[in-house]
Amino acid sequence: MNSEKVTKNILLVASIILILLATGMVLTLISGSIPVFEKFGFQFIFSNKWNPTTGREQYGALPFIVGTVVTSILALIICIPLAFSASLFIGEYYKGKMVSKIIGTLVDLLAGIPSIVYGLWGFYFLRPLIVQLGFNAQGFGIFTSSVILAIMIIPYATSISTEIISLVPNHLKEAAYSLGATRMEVIFYVTVPAARSGIIASYILALGRALGETMAVTMLIGNSNRIPHGIFDLGNTMASVIANQFGEAEGLKFSALIAIALLLFLITGLINGIGKLIIKKFA
Amino acid sequence: MKKLLLLMVVAAVGLMSCQNANSTNSKKATEAENTSTVASPNPNPAPSISLSGAGSTFAGPLYKTAFSKYLKETGISVSYGLTGSGAGIRSLKDRVVDFCGSDAFLSNADMAKMPGDVVHIPTCSGAVDIAFNLPGIASLKLTPEVLTKIFMGKINNWNNAELKELNPGVKFPHLAISVVHRSDGSGTTSIFSDYMSKVSKAWKDQVGTGKSLNWPVGMGAKGNPGVAGTISATKGAIGYIGSDYAFAQKISFALLRNKAGNYIAPTIAAVSAAGKGEMPADTRVMETNSSAADAYPISGFTWIIIYKNQDYNGRSFAQAQANLKLIDWLLDPQVQAIAKELKYAPLPEKVVKLAKGILRTVNYNGKPLL
Repeated sequence: MNSEKVTKNILLVASIILILLATGMVLTLISGSIPVFEKFGFQFIFSNKWNPTTGREQYGALPFIVGTVVTSILALIICIPLAFSASLFIGEYYKGKMVSKIIGTLVDLLAGIPSIVYGLWGFYFLRPLIVQLGFNAQGFGIFTSSVILAIMIIPYATSISTEIISLVPNHLKEAAYSLGATRMEVIFYVTVPAARSGIIASYILALGRALGETMAVTMLIGNSNRIPHGIFDLGNTMASVIANQFGEAEGLKFSALIAIALLLFLITGLINGIGKLIIKKFA
Repeated sequence: MKKLLLLMVVAAVGLMSCQNANSTNSKKATEAENTSTVASPNPNPAPSISLSGAGSTFAGPLYKTAFSKYLKETGISVSYGLTGSGAGIRSLKDRVVDFCGSDAFLSNADMAKMPGDVVHIPTCSGAVDIAFNLPGIASLKLTPEVLTKIFMGKINNWNNAELKELNPGVKFPHLAISVVHRSDGSGTTSIFSDYMSKVSKAWKDQVGTGKSLNWPVGMGAKGNPGVAGTISATKGAIGYIGSDYAFAQKISFALLRNKAGNYIAPTIAAVSAAGKGEMPADTRVMETNSSAADAYPISGFTWIIIYKNQDYNGRSFAQAQANLKLIDWLLDPQVQAIAKELKYAPLPEKVVKLAKGILRTVNYNGKPLL
């Protein structure tokens, strides 16, 4: 065999292993979640009862689905104004300048901070602040988690959109200027529309990241297995209920946790799929 | 070449489906979390045996202290993972630990689900404190009725008439009550909910007893350390934790009215008073809501659970023997003295005798170990 062929085969085997890993994972999740779906059917997704007490076991994932979706979307809403401004600042206004390099590096640095550190910071600094502002009594809850999540996903939302904004061809902008457009007009009628798909895709990536975040959220959300009544109420997310309860789970409860993992997998998969579709459509 | 690849794919798929069949194995990593091994130079290098256990955070401080003493005395290192009783039992069931610590005994149904016969060895008993965080208020009296109302969300502010009536002279702030409970499966929760079910029919009907519950109100935190940390960081919080955690973190605790009508603090004497009741032969008993006049009502034993036949998973005789010797040593007066220092109640003489008797029924495929 020549080296060409060897290389080709090594690559092929590596790709096959990847495919096997992914399908194997999905298969185990599906086979693990069968008992709970057999017992409760689709009621598992729409029921808000989570009762692990022996003899009255009943599992419904709705509180966690709601918690996950609400925290993530709220985080995205908080994150977008900051991320959008930062990417315009770095990628357009001060493109290539020292100040934008510094800000860009700092934003990227946020992505490298481990999630436990965010959790700790949230627990000791953000939480007392929320209590002081009088939002709720103990400082835990959906809102606190969303704020932390928002900070965590800013780098994901910022760096790709910055890249895309700075890649908008100069001749487009120059054409607009020559027609007498102001800088504002150039940004909002030329740069942003041209970079639209990349910007939206970066927000969707950020949302995907927020959906799966576990540690920091577990420390701040209050771990209450009820549907939250407002954004300052306590709640729980799919990732954090798994983290809290996987240790002792067995039987039906184990199956319920696996089923939640499967749902989380599907939701993040869906979000990523939508992201790819948007990029394709607008690109 | 193509054939070879095809073969590999088939083999891999086959392997995978085998994995699916026993997918429960995948959770064996559980007990690795939080495990801390006490490492120090080994004085007698001959026995290279090390033991591992996991479970109860309630009894964690006792085991941590006792095991580091054991290492110094015998050179055998024992690692104990603070996973919570629920995860401890799970690890024992998966046979990945030598013993598990639990503050909840296994029900007959749970015992039937284990792959082999198990025995419960009590190691000490302890109080579950009703701990709270109210700035400027160090002492609080509670009745079972008021406690139930708080944990069911019917009393949700400290500035409540019933609380004021129970505690004349205490200036309660207008502050929301934040109930803190365990988010993981816990023997402490089991003791607490057993008590609540005994004193309140509403609790029994709506919530019940168990290691993890469907809580009507409140927020969850992981392990006794997690609950203690959340209470001490949250003004207006109330929760239940092992005595040693309240003591170590200087968290205030409530005096609770017992069955005899006296307001009792969770002291060693009050826990011992509760532990004087009838003891069944297999030591599986809850001692909550004791009728003794000076007993603290929410207390319970904590157990080490092991398999009756220690010959499993290819363990060596020496390993099994070391395991038994360690547990026997936990019943020794010197360890019971450590328990007392850490605010646990030492075992009554007759319970020690009973436990030692049970230990001697544990065997290695029929061969006695002690």
